[in-house]
Amino acid sequence: MRVVIAEDLFLLRDGLTRMLQAHGLEITSAVDNGADLLAAVAKDRPDVAIVDVRLPPTFTDEGIRAALAARREVPGLPVLVLSQYVEQLYARELLASGGGGIGYLLKDRVFDSAQFVDAVRRVAGGGTAMDPEVIARLLARNTGNVNVGALSPREREVLALMAEGRSNVAIAQRMVITERAVAKHTASIFLKLDLQPSDDDNRRVLAVLAYLEG
Amino acid sequence: MTITDSRPARSRPPLGLGSSLTAAYYGLGLAGLIVAEVGLVLVLLGWVLLAVAAIASVPVGPGDGHQRILLLLLFLTAGLAIGRFFVSPVLLALRQLAGLTRRLAGEWCGVPIAESYQPPPADPAQLPYTARLRWLLTDAATWRDLRWVVVNVLVGWILAAASAALIVVGGVAFLVPVVSRAIPPPAFPGNTKPVLAVIGCAMVVTGVAAAPWLLRGYGLLAARILAPSGQAELVSRVRHLSQTRSEALDTGAAEIRRIERDLHDGAQARLVAMGMTLDAAGQIIDTNPDAARALLAEARDSSVKALAELRALVRGIHPPVLADRGLTDAVQALTLDTPMRIHLASDLYGRPPAPVESAAYFAVSELLANVSKHAEARETWIDIRYTDGMLRIGVTDNGHGGADPARGSGLRGIERRLASFDGILAISSPPGGPTAVTMEIPCELSLPKTSSS
Repeated sequence: MRVVIAEDLFLLRDGLTRMLQAHGLEITSAVDNGADLLAAVAKDRPDVAIVDVRLPPTFTDEGIRAALAARREVPGLPVLVLSQYVEQLYARELLASGGGGIGYLLKDRVFDSAQFVDAVRRVAGGGTAMDPEVIARLLARNTGNVNVGALSPREREVLALMAEGRSNVAIAQRMVITERAVAKHTASIFLKLDLQPSDDDNRRVLAVLAYLEG
Repeated sequence: MTITDSRPARSRPPLGLGSSLTAAYYGLGLAGLIVAEVGLVLVLLGWVLLAVAAIASVPVGPGDGHQRILLLLLFLTAGLAIGRFFVSPVLLALRQLAGLTRRLAGEWCGVPIAESYQPPPADPAQLPYTARLRWLLTDAATWRDLRWVVVNVLVGWILAAASAALIVVGGVAFLVPVVSRAIPPPAFPGNTKPVLAVIGCAMVVTGVAAAPWLLRGYGLLAARILAPSGQAELVSRVRHLSQTRSEALDTGAAEIRRIERDLHDGAQARLVAMGMTLDAAGQIIDTNPDAARALLAEARDSSVKALAELRALVRGIHPPVLADRGLTDAVQALTLDTPMRIHLASDLYGRPPAPVESAAYFAVSELLANVSKHAEARETWIDIRYTDGMLRIGVTDNGHGGADPARGSGLRGIERRLASFDGILAISSPPGGPTAVTMEIPCELSLPKTSSS
């Protein structure tokens, strides 16, 4: 799998590169600003781009803008955005670019390299990887929602993992239950939230996220 | 920072028949105020007049001059003894009238006048009588109020009532000969019906034409007497600045102390623990690899927690979205985190200076927290606007109202923080709701940053 990295801090760029290489991913370019990212993406045509939110010259939300610009230039390019903090506002903007292949994670998540690489692969495959904190805040925002309130604690757990973009297999592994049990939970969730059930993982995630954003 | 300019605007007053008649009507209203002022001053001077009247009415024979002077002194002393209790209530009432004149000068005459009374040394109702009297009498503004009554009685009433008088008298002069058959006897040659009608007509026209100018003149006269002198304005400005500065410094110092404590008890402590855990892991890694692995996992968890704490701290100091995107998007991000239906409208095109932006953001954040804690509101409207050098933010909810700034320290805190920027906060929260909070901060906007991507 071919990866382009855009991260301005040398230590993190180097660490990410080495960690991903250790898991057998190929780093075609590692750049430190948005303009170089666009050039690298156009040249390398990677399977996924990993982008830090804060990049020079403004050190504000350059990364988000560069990621969106890259997706405009290379439609459907999977992008995983990393940040020291997560904002629903940015998550929403990334998701609004459409077509899946979107990740938005806290930088802390790289500490668990296996999970992180899993998220990278998921995004590269056109899936979604939303940070648990984004989801936790989305759920907190929906505390007053009667439909969400009707979910059992177990179902809420499944809902959160589903919203992060995990497949039924991954959810089953994570919760140490059978896949059939997960399928039962998801069916019940979709019924209670009045959503169209879908076998397509990605469409399912987007439906859930759209619902929670209200 | 600029000093607020309270000089009257030099623009032309609005002209036209309707506004002229309104101006004449306003003039009458102001003349009414003069009557009230004179009444108050009479209460103040009443005891002197009473004494004089009493002396005049005492029947004394010729040669009783000494007796008369003695009586006069006696009455004056008695009058002073009684009258002094009237001084401070009358002066305070006069203040109300002068305040009304100032307000009306702004609203009716188009000449806003600033107010600059000395703040009372304590709650005026609690002050001992002499202290209250000293507070009132040493204030230059009190003497300005009194001077205003004198000027009003001498000149003010002419400006105020002239147009209305011209219109009414002219109207009568025009109508009486037309309506009534009886022509007044000719007092001077040519005093006949048509002449009277022409004079009356001219008076009405003059009155109507002059009304806006006379009203403006009255406003300018009031400003001349009632407006604080440049120095008084500077003094009150300096007082305001030093007060808000010391408050800003206090808030800043308290904030830094909080940050220091948070770092000390949070991230710093976790890093120390992490270092010790890593050291322990290093020592046993050869003898007991499994236990070492567990320690390493523990160290990793510590680092995650330290990061989370640092993130929360940074959010409290300066939220990243605010730095990235400015006020509107930061407030939008805030609304996304609040479990409530919030409608946000904003026409902010540039960015206010960073300190103003930050103060405005935390004010909105605190207001939203208040709404979700106390108001039981279903919906909230946030309105961010910038016009004429003024950033205006309105936060309105449909909750049960009854918010009292005197009770909660939150609103007071916002007010204090805004005051450092000459900003103000107004709140309307009748029991039963809705609650509307409006904040105004004067500031410049910088042009939006052009995106480089």
